[in-house]
Amino acid sequence: MTGQKMLEIKNLHVKLEEEDKQILKGVNLSIGAGEVHAIMGPNGSGKSTLSYVLSGRDGYEVTDGSATLDGAELLEMEPEERAAAGLFLAFQYPVEIPGVGNMTFLRTALNAQRKARGEAEVSAGDFLKLVREKAKTLKIDADMLKRPVNVGFSGGEKKRNEILQMAMLEPRMCILDETDSGLDVDAMKLVSEGVNALRSAGRSFLVITHYQRLLDHIKPDVVHIMAAGRIIKTGGPELALEVENNGYADLLAEVV
Amino acid sequence: MAVAAAKQDALAARIAGLSFAPGGWLGAARAGALARLSAMGLPGKRDEYWRYTDPSTLTVAAAPKAALFKADDEPMTFHGIDRLKLVFVDGVFDPAQSDDPAMAGVEIERLGDAGARDIHWAQGLYGVLEARGQQPVERPLATLNSAFASDGVLIRATGKAARPVSLIYHHASEVSDAILHHCVKVEDGAEITILENGPAAARFNKVMEVEVAKGGRFHHIRSQGRDHERRAVTHIFARLAEGALFKSFTLTANGVLTRNEAVIELAGDDAVAHVAGAAVGDGNFHHDDTVFVTHAGQRCESRQVFKKVLKNGAVGVFQGKILVKQGAQKTDGYQISQSLLLDGDSQFLAKPELEIYADDVKCSHGSTSGAIDETALFYLRSRGVPMRQAQGLLVLAFLAEAIAEIEDEAIAEDIRARLEGWLARHDH
Ligand SMILES: Nc1ncnc2c1ncn2[C@@H]1O[C@H](COP(=O)(O)OP(=O)(O)OP(=O)(O)O)[C@@H](O)[C@H]1O
Ligand SMILES: [Mg+2]
Repeated sequence: MTGQKMLEIKNLHVKLEEEDKQILKGVNLSIGAGEVHAIMGPNGSGKSTLSYVLSGRDGYEVTDGSATLDGAELLEMEPEERAAAGLFLAFQYPVEIPGVGNMTFLRTALNAQRKARGEAEVSAGDFLKLVREKAKTLKIDADMLKRPVNVGFSGGEKKRNEILQMAMLEPRMCILDETDSGLDVDAMKLVSEGVNALRSAGRSFLVITHYQRLLDHIKPDVVHIMAAGRIIKTGGPELALEVENNGYADLLAEVV
Repeated sequence: MAVAAAKQDALAARIAGLSFAPGGWLGAARAGALARLSAMGLPGKRDEYWRYTDPSTLTVAAAPKAALFKADDEPMTFHGIDRLKLVFVDGVFDPAQSDDPAMAGVEIERLGDAGARDIHWAQGLYGVLEARGQQPVERPLATLNSAFASDGVLIRATGKAARPVSLIYHHASEVSDAILHHCVKVEDGAEITILENGPAAARFNKVMEVEVAKGGRFHHIRSQGRDHERRAVTHIFARLAEGALFKSFTLTANGVLTRNEAVIELAGDDAVAHVAGAAVGDGNFHHDDTVFVTHAGQRCESRQVFKKVLKNGAVGVFQGKILVKQGAQKTDGYQISQSLLLDGDSQFLAKPELEIYADDVKCSHGSTSGAIDETALFYLRSRGVPMRQAQGLLVLAFLAEAIAEIEDEAIAEDIRARLEGWLARHDH
């Protein structure tokens, strides 16, 4: 039962680099291979910060603790090394990159990761076939593929584009930061199906969300509640229902 | 108007070693230019138009020494493009290295041979557009060029040119001081593409006068680079008739001092002029784009798109003006100048100007200066793209709007490849 965890976060303390502000105050979290975990929590509790720190964004300072992916120390790697090691973050606010075509972006990323892992590059033809096939299931049209990365995309289109990247890059540890926000009901289904199609014994998910609805589609094994920079409660899917019905007040009261 | 004695002395010193063959129509044009030049004097750093760029090394008597370009594995620009090649070595046409200039749809004459012959169409062009371009701002270095150009080509497109005409410059002497003058006439409905590239000389003064007649189409793609100690001043004077199209793109890499001026007059109605530049500089680099677009015809469109990537103390300058004359209704003028500063040492100086005397026009201009977008950089890296490659992608993305002004996709691709090469070589 023990085995190695896919993602193991221990006592993670993070402050802002520029300010004396502690944001994560001892996060402990471990996700086994093939598991889906959800994190819920009030605004500003540190959920996005956790996802950024794991993927290597500048501006944060780890003051204590560790995070490992398959046993390898994540926090010492460059962001691109973490990606090549199999980590993926679907951003809460996907970034627009004027002047870089979506296709060029996807292909550059895919080949860079393959190169880093010592694998052969994907040929232009194979890439095109693959991207078309994946885009179709997410209802991303040819025009969106041609346009610059996320430029002029609607909120929902940006989120679908994140899932397309995930489907193309086939990461082993996927973090989804509020991928459901801004999605209409149909798009939520599409995205969830996209995620479910990727679920496998060797791939794990950390799904950050405010709403139970997403978790109806993507059934989590474990639900965590984060507040003020800590995981304050861990349970099964019923925990999400409790939040949906009662909000956070009772949960917060329990820990104080 | 009396010109200060100091300026006159400087002019006398500058032209002391220069001479031109008198006689013929060309001799008359040169004599006229010399008279105009004497009245103006050479530019000095006190002149408002040279406020951001010190012209002294362009005006001193002898060209400052410049190391020769050393060929390496990097291909020269346009190497894979099918074109008619005309080669100039230190400002002198070299027939041995050039292609046979016979081509359907185009007449090509060497300026050095033209004086003695009655080339009617060129007589209305040589020094004429340059002279028109002296209002309202004087450009004496162009006039000096008209008076003393040592060589050049006269190109007349009468139909659709089968291939681009490629002007290739070679730098052979460390102290060469080349003055080239080209004239291009695009007749009614004709179309031509002119390419220019290669280190030309230690100091290079070049003028290109372009007249595009009704419905004619002119494309110009130029690459300045590889000669790190280059000092160059270039002028393009263009005049467009009704429905004419003018598109010019310049890639500038390195060079100690480069001043590229473009003076464009949209004379007829419904004409379109786009001037664009992508410049990349590392270290001892001073690059100046000075553009003056005049809208005289109605419903004309002009675009100025200038982008500069600067690092290690490189300096970029942009002076751009759109003048909309009375009666030039429905003018659509656009101007953007932007710099991407890769470090805190580099500098971008911009002076965008609009002067409008018509009431029904749409004109916009913008100028920005900024660093690389850290959020975009992180986004790319989080997808596995290594730092350097991600930076390169963002630099090319920054330049994309300028490169998009090149219509021919193969040429645009070639320019992108040269930029990628430059980025790889100037990776800190
Ligand atoms: N770069 C930063 N500069 C200043 N404050 C920051 C920065 N990054 C995070 N914070 C602060 O840290 C706290 C946690 O932010 P974070 O974005 O992680 O919250 P969250 O749980 O994702 O919230 P939400 O549910 O609203 O997305 C907030 O108070 C936020 O303002
Ligand atoms: Mg968040």
